[in-house]
Amino acid sequence: MSDATAPRRIRMTVIGPILALVLLVVAGALMNPNFLGWDNVTNVLARSAFIGIIAVGMTFVITAGGLDLSVGSMAAFIAGLMILVMNSLVPSMGVGIPVILVGMAVALLAGLAAGLLNGILITRLGIEAFIVTLGSMGIYRSLVTWLADGGTLSLDFALRSLYQPVYYGGIFGITWPIIVFAVVVVIGEIVMRSTAFGRHCAAIGSNEQVAKYSSVRVDRVRLTTYAALGLLVGLATIMYVPRLGSASSATGMLWELEAIAAVIIGGTVLKGGFGRVWGTVIGVLILTLIGNLLNLTDFVSPYLNGAIQGAIIVLAVVLQREGKAR
Amino acid sequence: MSVLALKNVSRSFGPIEVLHGVDIALRPGRVHALIGENGAGKSTTMKILAGYQPPSSGQVLLDGRPVGFASMGQAEAQGISMIHQEFNLAEQLTVEQNIFLGRELKRGPFLDKPAMRARTRDLLDRLECRVAPDRVVSTLSNSDKQMVEIAKALLRDTRVLVMDEPTAVLTRAETAILLRQVRALREAGTAVLFTSHKLDEVEAIADDLTIMRDGRVVWTGEAAAMDQHAMANAMVGREMSDLFPAKVSTPGEVALQVANLTVPGFSRDIGFTLRRGEVLGVAGLIGSGRTETFEGLCGLRPATGDVRIFGQPARIDHPWQAQSLGLCYLTEDRKTRGLLLGKGLRENLTLQALSKFSRGLLDTGAEERALDRAIADFDIRGHRGALVGNLSGGNQQKLLFAKTMLADPQIVVIDEPTRGIDIGTKQQMYVLIRRLAAEGRAIVVISSEMQEVIGLADRILVMRHGRITGELGADATEDAIVKLAMGVATEREPA
Repeated sequence: MSDATAPRRIRMTVIGPILALVLLVVAGALMNPNFLGWDNVTNVLARSAFIGIIAVGMTFVITAGGLDLSVGSMAAFIAGLMILVMNSLVPSMGVGIPVILVGMAVALLAGLAAGLLNGILITRLGIEAFIVTLGSMGIYRSLVTWLADGGTLSLDFALRSLYQPVYYGGIFGITWPIIVFAVVVVIGEIVMRSTAFGRHCAAIGSNEQVAKYSSVRVDRVRLTTYAALGLLVGLATIMYVPRLGSASSATGMLWELEAIAAVIIGGTVLKGGFGRVWGTVIGVLILTLIGNLLNLTDFVSPYLNGAIQGAIIVLAVVLQREGKAR
Repeated sequence: MSVLALKNVSRSFGPIEVLHGVDIALRPGRVHALIGENGAGKSTTMKILAGYQPPSSGQVLLDGRPVGFASMGQAEAQGISMIHQEFNLAEQLTVEQNIFLGRELKRGPFLDKPAMRARTRDLLDRLECRVAPDRVVSTLSNSDKQMVEIAKALLRDTRVLVMDEPTAVLTRAETAILLRQVRALREAGTAVLFTSHKLDEVEAIADDLTIMRDGRVVWTGEAAAMDQHAMANAMVGREMSDLFPAKVSTPGEVALQVANLTVPGFSRDIGFTLRRGEVLGVAGLIGSGRTETFEGLCGLRPATGDVRIFGQPARIDHPWQAQSLGLCYLTEDRKTRGLLLGKGLRENLTLQALSKFSRGLLDTGAEERALDRAIADFDIRGHRGALVGNLSGGNQQKLLFAKTMLADPQIVVIDEPTRGIDIGTKQQMYVLIRRLAAEGRAIVVISSEMQEVIGLADRILVMRHGRITGELGADATEDAIVKLAMGVATEREPA
């Protein structure tokens, strides 16, 4: 009915997350002169990269009306598996680039397989995404604990220094995780905005029946969103492992919640039907910046990081709802 | 003396004025019919009467005094109830819980269930509705839901009852019961306002009549002064020629051959043949398995049988397989299965044939051009940037049509092509359907309106209890269809 007010409403939900990010940056710059320094900016971006890469995949899953709670423990499991495989290859292949390449391939394949498994259980057997991924979350978390025998899996020391540049190195002072994150974001944005796949995700999320009656291959599209997310978890793990060179049962803890939160803060609708990748990037940056700000300033204890993030998530959803109400 | 009236009421949405100086007066003990094409302003008028929306200017008069309802709750407290086309029921609650929602009977702090159960039985009996009070509403048919809505209004000592197309989802028998109830309410002194696209009903029951066009009242007075033909002319604003276009059919090659089609739980052993250039009508009562049979044929539900498309055996388990073979199903349920109400026209139009606009990336320019063409070809009116949920029913139906035809199907199954749309748009749809047939496509039209099947189809299949009970030619009579649909005659006439 209210044609005239529709564009204004949309604009508000677009501006909301950007405004919040700008406010955070301004506040940060006022409170600490180092905040906008090169070191801090690249630090924030690099820290955002892991969650960010996963959150881009999560944007597609949520837009298509799904959910994946397993990504954090999936990352931990993949990290553990990757370290075990690489360590076991050192005696036969020696310390060298080939071992690391095999490790990377294992991470991507394991991620893809895990994503496909979630997707098949959800689409073929018709089990709720929440239940399936709640289950796989527990399974992967338990598997990594078992692989590490309750402790920590450490990458071969020599291999570690060879692998480290993937996290710490880069070109023109921009580290690899930032570059990979940026590439994933650009591809994700294009896929969401201007491909049939992105359009189909939004259609399925807004009304699965309509999508089915419109000859959309609903199951295949949904399966693809979970598989792509799994692949991206593998990619994020590849960037993450060289940072510490180890994996334990605490690796990737609560990443799923941070990724989902970033997607929602960015304006993607939790029930599906509408998603935007650039919004997710802003969501990730907002979450990371809060932690960063608390560390740089001493107005609020850094221990309250979680509380502030939580408040922002709830606030974002409230604003989203207000945008929808007449 | 009117109980509820609008005086010179206008209403704008943003810069667009949709009602211009409307006057309407409801009198106690009278049934007032409000008719007009889709988008004429009937719904807005009703919402203002029932307190759902305030007027932008003008007055709402209750017992002759101006009132401003701040909410529908206030209007309800004054004895004004409205029954919507889209039901206002809590789907997960029982019939009884719905009827008493918000005004539960209590004994001390506890619910007085036996008393509510008894009142519910009593109300449903009055409506000749045989639904158990403890049935969950989501398991009810549309017509039963309608009855529950009416029972709800009856409970509330309603002085003014506003009904938005109450008979659109009802069968003939149910409509008769509803009309009896309306007459009973009238005897009891209630003022009833209702809208309907079925002019025979209007003629049968209305005491007063108001006809709207383009947001204005174009005629108001005693209903007896108008016959159906005059009503239709006043609604459309021009002389209505023949509703149905001429049937010029030149059947071509066999497009679709179906044998032993069985949709478990709905239909058995369905067989028929359809040629290019033909319009095949499918008639039958609601619940006879018409929709489910063709949904099964198009891969929308599990089905078995031998299907040949242009002579080739076809295996169809998914709708996209049907589409790739040139077979599309156009749903009867445009709001929940046909269109994405929260999206724009362009996204909806191209959804079914998106691959045509994609070479890796989507060509938005080509999509916009397709929308231009669809708007022109199908006469879709409405703001181009609007959400589809805000279009009128007729324009939604045209968009759904355009969307399906963009996939260029050679065989099209059209389920209830004109449900809930006005007579002017109906005529346009009929012309469109005949044009598609003339282009050499093979068309199936499923419809509950016998006039429509007879006026449109070259041949008519009648279904009953999930089986085809007979086939009739283009010269079929309503009587013949009814007999087959009700199971009175079962012989199968040669085509």
